[in-house]
Amino acid sequence: MAERCDVLVIGAGPAGLAAAAAAAGQGVDVMLLDAQPRAGGQVWRHDIAHRAPRRARHALRRVAAVKRHFGIRVVDADASARMLRVEDALHAREFGWDRLILATGARELCLPFPGGTLPGVTGAGGLQALVKQGWPVSGKRVVVAGSGPLLLAAAASLRAHRARVLAIVEQAARHDVHAFARALWRWPDKLAQAVQLRARLLGVPIHYGAVVRAARGDGTLCGVEIDSAGVSVELACDHLAAGFGLVPDAGFGRLLGCELTAATQPAIRVDALQRTSVESVFAAGECCGIGGMDKARIEGAIAGHAAVGDESVARALFAARDRARRFADAVAHTFTLDPRTRTLADGETTVCRCEDVTLDALRAFHDARAAKLATRCGMGACQGRICGAALAELFGWSWHGHPRQPLFPARLASLADESLARRSCP
Amino acid sequence: MPAYDLIVAGAGIVGAACALAAAEEGLRVAVVEPGPIGGGATAAGMGHLVAMDESPAEFALARYSLPWWEAWAEEAAAEFRRCGTLWVADDETGMVSLQARFARFAAADVACERLDAAALREAEPELAHDLAGGLRVPGDAVVYPPQVTRLMLDRVNARGGALLHRRKVVALENGGARLDDGTRLAGPVLVACGCDTPALLPELAIRPRRGHLVVTDRYPDWLHHQVVETGYAASAHGDADESVACNVQPRPGGQLLVGSSREYGRTGNAVSMSLLARMLRRCFRFLPGLARCKALRAWTGFRPATSDGLPCIGAVPSRRNVWVAAGHEGLGVTTAPGTARLFVDLLLGRAPRLDPAPYAPLRGMT
Repeated sequence: MAERCDVLVIGAGPAGLAAAAAAAGQGVDVMLLDAQPRAGGQVWRHDIAHRAPRRARHALRRVAAVKRHFGIRVVDADASARMLRVEDALHAREFGWDRLILATGARELCLPFPGGTLPGVTGAGGLQALVKQGWPVSGKRVVVAGSGPLLLAAAASLRAHRARVLAIVEQAARHDVHAFARALWRWPDKLAQAVQLRARLLGVPIHYGAVVRAARGDGTLCGVEIDSAGVSVELACDHLAAGFGLVPDAGFGRLLGCELTAATQPAIRVDALQRTSVESVFAAGECCGIGGMDKARIEGAIAGHAAVGDESVARALFAARDRARRFADAVAHTFTLDPRTRTLADGETTVCRCEDVTLDALRAFHDARAAKLATRCGMGACQGRICGAALAELFGWSWHGHPRQPLFPARLASLADESLARRSCP
Repeated sequence: MPAYDLIVAGAGIVGAACALAAAEEGLRVAVVEPGPIGGGATAAGMGHLVAMDESPAEFALARYSLPWWEAWAEEAAAEFRRCGTLWVADDETGMVSLQARFARFAAADVACERLDAAALREAEPELAHDLAGGLRVPGDAVVYPPQVTRLMLDRVNARGGALLHRRKVVALENGGARLDDGTRLAGPVLVACGCDTPALLPELAIRPRRGHLVVTDRYPDWLHHQVVETGYAASAHGDADESVACNVQPRPGGQLLVGSSREYGRTGNAVSMSLLARMLRRCFRFLPGLARCKALRAWTGFRPATSDGLPCIGAVPSRRNVWVAAGHEGLGVTTAPGTARLFVDLLLGRAPRLDPAPYAPLRGMT
């Protein structure tokens, strides 16, 4: 039997928490779902050793009374029946909604480079998530590489967990980052955050205009080769945390039939009130365009208010959202990927690690489908979530032609349950 | 106007096999394909090489074809693996059908062995413990069809054939073909466009029959044979608008391909959750542990089906120099090599080694 609610919020990060809080204030029945065992999303992921930031605690308190189901994975959804199926560790179950808010966040962009599949190499956000959950890095030598503000946040978390952060390797040019820093006075809270973050990273060298050319090691990572503005630097290390920014996680929107943007990394298209092209479905936060936590929180609040018909309250937040989006644009401009980051991989470099497909094996093809059929690229456990985003950057390939079911790997038993099917196919 | 000894419309496995057989006879071949190589029914299916015997003509074409597949066993990229087929029955009706199949195989010298319930469990420990019995056909195998198709076209190319990729045959005219860019090619045309065949040959009653498949995460050694319920053939050949049957294949990489369903009258590629649920529950009847396996993706594809379950192979009556090899439904991978030999013999005016009458393009199909 499906559990029904007025407003169903998918994702308990900053956007989803703000949406749930805004909607719940109106006396409607709100429910919050998330894949993780706790609320917070990626940016406010629970840290076993450190207290959550003040804003996170505040956001969590505001939804304390909201019904929630965590540790679930969405299997399938039907926009016309307004139903979705999820599974937890044991069972499949269904939820029905009157209005749905997608706050499914983002994934890290992992571009291929030689040695990128060695044990010891992770995403930057990936390693940050691991250490927050207790992965021991005390005394370990870590290089953090790639691009964007996430590198600083990841490095700060690693340091807080007593890792030795040897270097931050940022592909953006020094003068671009410095110009960005000089413009931060326009967003005083961001300036304060940046100053605080830099203080926590005191003594960590930052290489600008630099990339990791290769990770080295025989069976496991032992060092990296950095190209720092044309100078080659070798560093011995235990971990390499490499992430080239974030890409919207628009998969759920695609499954529901929501229109996506035409960007290299498509996002869910929304109007001013955060409405998607599908009736009664809203989206907020990174899944409708990468922009950071502030943009996500404001968009979440707008979506939450709009979903319960409180348009005037939603509209009152437009100016704040515009400001947050301007900041997001400045970040995106500053950390635009240099073409060099797309040419790090050599012919032997693994691009699809599920199916062991190298760059050379893919070069002969014109599009993703032809490449997939011939090489099985993207046909493994991640279903192109990792390599698809990378190949969109490298070759401009559009990865997913139509919705994927199940949305995440699901037990066959969860697909064989027939109640959702009965509702959607009368 | 460029002239060829044979113009093949469609680079699925059937078109590619026909092009290769013709090239091996020394013919100058052009293959025209608008989409990805092997991107239609060839990519949608399981790649099961199976001695299928529901009708004498189907069995004859399968047996004629299977020996040619041996040549691909050593080709790594073909992902050939001789897993064998394990036909299984869950009740007395199924056992009757298994016995009949055993008798047909024995009469045709297809190696096979009957398994009782205990032997069945030993062969596949994951099978339900209350099954009635099984029949093992050790010679059956699996390949990865899109890749085999590409390899076949590479060989066509090595023999001087031309691949006109991203071009489409839009009309058959004056003993040749017109392409979507206006190019005209002269020569006999073989239409091997699977479900799209009626666009060029409306007189052929080939209908798309939709199927669902699910691929799982890797479970190495979980299953050893392709496990097919003996009612599969009835599902495949029955004319029901909607049917399901257990058909589960262990891929060489450890993933499991889980099928099967058949539907007429469906056009979109959206997964039908109700039919998928029915199909999976049917599979759990035979392989209960499958319920705990993780599905990575479910998808649908279309098989080119005819009303009598047999392909159309040969010259198209009342058309000059137009040939067809299409309508193989779910057996196009298995029977592509035999189809190709039969077609080439007919094209060259030689006596084929297989009676072509059952596959005549405009035979009295209802």
